[in-house]
Amino acid sequence: MSKLYVNRRGLLKGTAAAGVGLAAPTIFTSRAWSAEYMNEPTGDTVTLGFNVPQTGAYADEGADELRAYQLAVEHLNGEGDGGMLSTFSSKELKGEGVNGKKVAFVTGDTQTKSDAARASAKRMIEKDGAVMITGGSSSGVAIAVQGLCQEAGVIFMAGLTHSNDTTGKDKRANGFRHFFNTEMTGAALAPVLKNNFGSDRKAYHLTADYTWGWSQEGSIKKYTEELGWETVAAVRTPLGAGDFSQYITPVLNSGADVLVLNHYGRDMVNSLTQAVQFGLRDKEVNGKKFAIVVPLFSRLMAQGAGDAIKGIFGSTNWHWSLQDEGSKAFVKSFGQKYGFPPSQAAHTCYCQTILYADACQRAGSFRPSAVGAALEGFSFDGLGNGPTEYRAADHQCFKDVLVVKGKENPSSNYDLLEVVEITPRAQVEYPAELLGGELGPYNDGA
Amino acid sequence: MSLTMNRNDVLLLIGFTIVVFAAPFIFTPIGAGYPDLLQKFAIFGIFALGFNILFGLTGYLSFGHAAFLGVGSYTAVWSFKLLSMNPLPAIFFAILLGGLFSAVIGYISLRRSGIYFSILTLAFAQMCYNLAYSVLTPITNGETGLQLDQSDPRILDTAAGIDYGAALPVSNFFGIDMNSTVETTLFGQTLQFNSGYYFCAVLLILCFFISMRIFRSPFGLMLRAVKSNQNRMSYTGLNTKPYALAAFIISGMYAGLAGGLMAVTDPLAGAERMQWTASGEVVLMTILGGAGTLLGPVIGAGVIKYFENIFSSFNEGILMQAYSFLPETLQHALVSISSLFVGEGWHLTLGALFMLIVIFLPGGLMEGFRRIRTGISRLMGGGKSGKASDRASAAAE
Repeated sequence: MSKLYVNRRGLLKGTAAAGVGLAAPTIFTSRAWSAEYMNEPTGDTVTLGFNVPQTGAYADEGADELRAYQLAVEHLNGEGDGGMLSTFSSKELKGEGVNGKKVAFVTGDTQTKSDAARASAKRMIEKDGAVMITGGSSSGVAIAVQGLCQEAGVIFMAGLTHSNDTTGKDKRANGFRHFFNTEMTGAALAPVLKNNFGSDRKAYHLTADYTWGWSQEGSIKKYTEELGWETVAAVRTPLGAGDFSQYITPVLNSGADVLVLNHYGRDMVNSLTQAVQFGLRDKEVNGKKFAIVVPLFSRLMAQGAGDAIKGIFGSTNWHWSLQDEGSKAFVKSFGQKYGFPPSQAAHTCYCQTILYADACQRAGSFRPSAVGAALEGFSFDGLGNGPTEYRAADHQCFKDVLVVKGKENPSSNYDLLEVVEITPRAQVEYPAELLGGELGPYNDGA
Repeated sequence: MSLTMNRNDVLLLIGFTIVVFAAPFIFTPIGAGYPDLLQKFAIFGIFALGFNILFGLTGYLSFGHAAFLGVGSYTAVWSFKLLSMNPLPAIFFAILLGGLFSAVIGYISLRRSGIYFSILTLAFAQMCYNLAYSVLTPITNGETGLQLDQSDPRILDTAAGIDYGAALPVSNFFGIDMNSTVETTLFGQTLQFNSGYYFCAVLLILCFFISMRIFRSPFGLMLRAVKSNQNRMSYTGLNTKPYALAAFIISGMYAGLAGGLMAVTDPLAGAERMQWTASGEVVLMTILGGAGTLLGPVIGAGVIKYFENIFSSFNEGILMQAYSFLPETLQHALVSISSLFVGEGWHLTLGALFMLIVIFLPGGLMEGFRRIRTGISRLMGGGKSGKASDRASAAAE
């Protein structure tokens, strides 16, 4: 067989030369020359990236989020009945697209995993030219994608993410959140718990073992211990565990008389159903009736848990039975298109899309720093939550919080929660420094 | 010192180098030419190449290689946080720790072979995953994943007087940002040349070269002997353990490098990188491409990453456009059928493809290419010689 003799030095030299030659253009120039900011839309459309979980523990939420995004895009482009655009206090959007450009979108599956979510968001930014990424359902994923958007230089409009860290410890200038957080849940829920269960209670926490679970557990502990409650134990459970019976059995013998389930999505459906099957809801401990609390509630989960949710307290960002003009308009147009009422996840995602589009319109540009400046300190109304403000210091929306209870006699498959109290904004507001973190400067990506 | 290389190998290496460097030209027409996916091709190519040194040569099926990938990622991110944003120390420590972890896990797991070895490595990887996910949260930041921070110390950068200001720093190779991209337009397509990709590409070629040298070396022959009959090797008085362990450590270092590069191109390390599904993915890549072949694992890695990133992004709107030339009823029917296989259904397509390949092409895609080649040569130059070479190459596997 014929042989070719290659000198090692020659080979290395050749490879190095080839490498340098091909890499040379990247050394001397960068993307900077091509556009003023990352993915500046040059055609007659502007592309938004909808990055939601289509598989995994939060797939139900993800599907509903995607429905809301599609509805929002229709309304922005002037199709359908316009939804909340007609009730929104800012009248800049006329259903003619944004800044004269038609709104287009791309979708991706986060798989409820940080890596997959970032890969999907990167595809939208690098390949599809998305100028804004939005989505969520897991705080861990939202924080990871928010970091990516900061690095890449596009705006991130957080979807459903409830952890304090999203606009606290891990906040970023390019990230904005409309949804409430665990701090607000604690502040809103504690007085209601006191009125219903008294101030002498022993609580047992089961907590989803990730950012949001820890954040939720911390806030509920903080506010219930202020009431005089005692925390017996706080047990961490893996995300997507499926079977919680091994975690629920110890609750029976712990002497606790309240079970706090810091779970969401299918985890909450499973843990609550199993807790009720174990007879916890009908038990009497320390001479008091045993109580279960689910701090973050949603209608989708209530549907999944069925009868188990009757009489159980929790908080929620929005509920479709609200009777203000914005909520009614949104429920009507969502119901017409899909045949059932929207969830809170759908609502927050719809709002975020409208708020982003409105900010672009007011700023007259899609440049992240300009859009951010238009959102900072922006006060608005008519999106279903009453008067709301995007706080400039941490890019968090402040609005009223709903405390809800599972209905004893639901009239339909969707009418499962009743609003117990609307906690006013002033009661849930906290100083921005409380949660730490730093926004840093805006990144326009160029 | 000079190297003796088979002419075919030199041609293969040159061809491989050209394809890797020209990747933005080649993959843009099929929608895969954007930096993140090209980086994934290169990184998982390295990962699969390393896995193939163990599985393809010795036949030891490790189900825990993702652990080393994760270790590499965490090490690299910590190197960014503590030392410098330069990728060189990051990948150096990633390879080192990948090697150390694989030495420990390999030393214990290699006491058994076959299914018991696989289960042991799987168990170790799950242990690493659970440690990273919750117990070691101070080091790994749990489910959220380890991220960079404005206030990280970065000792070497500070000593060198590099200040990143208030913005989040980007990994950079002596001043070249790893996320900088140059765009040019060629034949109406926008091509993106990304420095992070070319950094990975140079390492991929280097890894491919090392892997090729191992395949052709006496050491590689010894590893193949371990695969074909380990008992017979032992009876001849030869201790096969050190060879298998060396192969395990080398593939662990490849995995560490791949993990480090993932952090270089995107400075975040999450525990799910260590999950058993990630270990299974590299097994799929290797088998899909062709275990024991040089090029197969890289091709397998490319195919799987392409499916994961491109097929999962097709939604009904895109399908409607694709079938827009058809009458409306037919269009809707076709869309509803094919939407099962794209979007969130991309796993289904991948599973079907994997089944077809394992059933009809047990040697992976490489066997498919070989069959096509022999088929063509048979057509060109008569049947007998083609059949003989087919048999010969099959025996070489």
